[in-house]
Amino acid sequence: MEGIYAFCVGLMTACGIFLTLRGRTFSVVVGLTLLSYAVNLFLFASGRLKLDAAAVLGMSEDYGDPLPQALVLTAIVIGFAMTAFAVILAMRARADLGNDHVDGRIPQTKEEVRQKSGGQR
Amino acid sequence: MNTLLCIPLLVLLGTLVPLCSTRYSRTACAFLTAALPAIALFLILQMAPAILDGQRFQTAIDWVPSLGLSLAFRLDGLTLLFSLLILGIGLLVILYARYYLSSNDNMGKFYCYLILFMFAMLGVVMSDNLIQIWVFWELTSISSFLLISFWGNKSEARKGARMALTITGAGGLFLLAGLLMLGNVVGTFDLQTVLDSGDIIRAHSTYPIITVLILIGAFTKSAQFPFHFWLPNAMAAPTPVSSYLHSATMVKAGIFLMARFYPSLAGTDLWFLIVSMTGLATFLLGGYLALFQHDLKGLLANSTISHLGLITLLLGMGSDLALVAAIFHIINHATFKASLFMAAGIIDHESGSRDMRQLNGLWKYMPYTATLAMVASSAMAGVPLLNGFLSKEMFFNEALHQDSLGSLSWMVPVLATLGGVFSVAYSTRFVHDVFFNGEPINLPKTPHEPPRYMRVPVEILVALCLLVGIFPSWIVGDLLQSASLSALNGPVPEYSLAIWHGFNIPLLMSVIALLGGLLVYYNRQHLFKFQAQFPTNDPKVLFERAIQQLVGKATWLINFFENGSLQRYLYFLFMFTIVMSAYPLLDLNATAGRRPEIPVDALSITGAALLSIASLATVIWHRRRMVALLTLSVVGLIVTLAFARFSAPDLALTQLSVEVVTIILLMLALFFLPQKTPKESSPRRVVRDLGISAMIGGIVGTVIYALMTRPLDTISDFFTENSKTGGGGTNVVNVILVDFRGFDTLGEITVLGIAALGIFKLIARMRLYMPSSNEQGRPWSTDSHPLMLSVVSQSLLPLALLVSAYIFLRGHNMPGGGFIAGLITSVAIIQQYVAHGVDWIKERLKLDYQIMIGSGIGIAALTGLGSWFFDRPFLTSWFDYFYLPVIGKFELASAMLFDLGVYLTVVGATMLILANLGQLTTSERAIFEEES
Repeated sequence: MEGIYAFCVGLMTACGIFLTLRGRTFSVVVGLTLLSYAVNLFLFASGRLKLDAAAVLGMSEDYGDPLPQALVLTAIVIGFAMTAFAVILAMRARADLGNDHVDGRIPQTKEEVRQKSGGQR
Repeated sequence: MNTLLCIPLLVLLGTLVPLCSTRYSRTACAFLTAALPAIALFLILQMAPAILDGQRFQTAIDWVPSLGLSLAFRLDGLTLLFSLLILGIGLLVILYARYYLSSNDNMGKFYCYLILFMFAMLGVVMSDNLIQIWVFWELTSISSFLLISFWGNKSEARKGARMALTITGAGGLFLLAGLLMLGNVVGTFDLQTVLDSGDIIRAHSTYPIITVLILIGAFTKSAQFPFHFWLPNAMAAPTPVSSYLHSATMVKAGIFLMARFYPSLAGTDLWFLIVSMTGLATFLLGGYLALFQHDLKGLLANSTISHLGLITLLLGMGSDLALVAAIFHIINHATFKASLFMAAGIIDHESGSRDMRQLNGLWKYMPYTATLAMVASSAMAGVPLLNGFLSKEMFFNEALHQDSLGSLSWMVPVLATLGGVFSVAYSTRFVHDVFFNGEPINLPKTPHEPPRYMRVPVEILVALCLLVGIFPSWIVGDLLQSASLSALNGPVPEYSLAIWHGFNIPLLMSVIALLGGLLVYYNRQHLFKFQAQFPTNDPKVLFERAIQQLVGKATWLINFFENGSLQRYLYFLFMFTIVMSAYPLLDLNATAGRRPEIPVDALSITGAALLSIASLATVIWHRRRMVALLTLSVVGLIVTLAFARFSAPDLALTQLSVEVVTIILLMLALFFLPQKTPKESSPRRVVRDLGISAMIGGIVGTVIYALMTRPLDTISDFFTENSKTGGGGTNVVNVILVDFRGFDTLGEITVLGIAALGIFKLIARMRLYMPSSNEQGRPWSTDSHPLMLSVVSQSLLPLALLVSAYIFLRGHNMPGGGFIAGLITSVAIIQQYVAHGVDWIKERLKLDYQIMIGSGIGIAALTGLGSWFFDRPFLTSWFDYFYLPVIGKFELASAMLFDLGVYLTVVGATMLILANLGQLTTSERAIFEEES
């Protein structure tokens, strides 16, 4: 089970990272969301995986580790605030700058640069 | 409070006086400014007799004892000498500046900087701790910068100030390194211990490095070759500053440092070679350059460099007698050079020029000032019966007995005499060119004598030159003795301060210097012609060029890393992450640990497969944004299931509700953003990014796998054991949130609130194009609130609110709590927005979400504060059990109130974000005021 879990966390991290490296804001926001899922799962797993453990006291002898759970619970909520902030920032950037590129301007491709310099000549 | 501590504190307090008194008359301002330093001087004079008897005063207040830092001051012979110079000449300069500054100058500011410098310099000499010395050292550099740039509208003042700060500040950094190493070797930063452990330091392997570092600090400050060029450029400062900082005190800080650490560092060949050769070079170079200056202050600045070189040379000679001579020359140079600068200032002030090609024959206009200046410059030249003669004799004597250069030792006295020739020549030039030599040429003003009291400081200093010159042992004998005693940190050799030592070789050298100097001056026109053949290398230009080049290189480096592209920053960040996290993993022997793994079942495999497919689909279809959003929500839902599967119901509930809110938010945002992402990454870029993400994914997977398969040594047992008894709840996760780690939660809801307010601010004033159709041109539905949805959601609302109340109330003992209940409430309200629209809600639901956030955080904080009324620490919780008929036994806990705060904040923050964003799509869109 742990192997599968680790594989999933790794895959989600990789997907998230790849998307954050894209050039458009929305992809970056989606990437960040994916990444925060992965991070939450990562933190949660530091308390080790347990099946059918008791959530509250007095139900069983075997408890899940409550500390990472408490940490991840707040992390989920804060993660939402961060995603919201990022996406609103993206909208604001689009509104103020007229495009949704992460740098606020569409970079010229090499052909465009070549054409421009050719035209000048 | 002890007197010793009072002295620097009084002066520090004195920095405020001029700022407060500048509104009164200029004379009042000057007198009030002088008051506190005068008291400090008085206090020092009271302690002086004891110090002259060889006593030493010390005081210390612990500052950071674990680092060996303390606020420690000392007053011994060397300190006494310097303090008298600093405070005495400082007071004279205050008086002088009163008449020097014009009514256009901001006198309060000037005096404030001046007293700040006085405090810093006093701190340098009085400090009894290495680090403290350095702090004050840098403070002198800064106050010197402020004073040089006092006339900041002049370009040369700004440039000169910058150059002085760069050179002395950089030297200060070397000094800091040296002092830290020195402290490390000795094991303490206490000055006296360092002075007593000279043998340990000299035997230590790092001794050469320490010495070189500290000497670089001293050389930069005292304008020694090759760092001498900043001093002439600092002459752009007002003349009182040149007189005070750049001749009498600050430039002596480096000399002071060498004298102070003489017992710790001196006495080796290395010290001798560096210090004496640097001093000799500076002595000759400064004297030579002084000869060719046409600017009066330029001449004096270069002569200061030369004399500082002379003192350095003496300190490097390695004999105790040379140290005594050096200290004696410090006193003498301070008196005659300060008075010469003041005289130069008077000439500049009363004639409007400092150019010696214009200034001629001033004797007729200001005979009194001329007499004073002539006496002072004779002292500088080393004419008998003046103080300069005595120390120069001692210097010649020491140069004669120098044998450290082996068979080349004869060169030292010869070169010393040559230096003497230069100083006679430029002193003669100062006197003859300015006061005689024909008539003034094109002076802007007709020169005349200065105001009476402007001359007083010069008179006092010149009188000192004479008195010391005629009655040396009577005036400064004791002071010199005690200063040498504390500088040597041991017995002082026999010496005599007589004027007449009989016919001997030093006297012959003096005579040669006098005659040679006159001869050189007489033939000056030939020398000027000779010098004119060389290209003039203005150090200011060279320095500016070097700085510009440095700035250019730095800009290039910054632009390389910081080109404004987020993709590049992330690329660097991720590469760094890979390197830093992969390296420690190389040391891990096996990926899997000893902890047994849970067997795999079909359900988990299915979930994992779905998760993987959805994640990959998000990446593959990320350019079709709506599709990517849908697959993303699949990922989120499976994560929720994973939490539920691995025994974390609280997390599952939270993730589920956050998932709903997030996806709604992203969909709303997508309405305003382009529906598709253009294809613009080059294949190379895609491959690179795939590589990076695969590497990081692999590392993260490895780390978490290694972590999960190793046994857990958790601190959670404490929480599990005390949750019921101490926190009154059986849901440990919730008890941790609202009780054990309540302070963290308080911080987190505050962050949430701040983020929501920030988003609110971003949404306001946003001017967005509102699309009326989708990408294919299909118009959006006009029926935005379908009847079915409105009816169903309206009836769902009470149910949803009931569920959230239930979840909230049971949170302490069962999965649930303020966070989850808040999110469920938000989802319920959002549903109403979706079903009915903003107008409809506005009429019925009058909630101010900002107030909700505020009151939520307020309630949580007040709950925490409440425990203070019961003399408990912040956020201590209380609970008890009660019994009511019908309901039965129930529990009340203060933590519930805290949880209510969490609930309100979460609802307020979520709704503030979504309701305001949703508003943008409707006619409720705020009309923003134009920025004008």
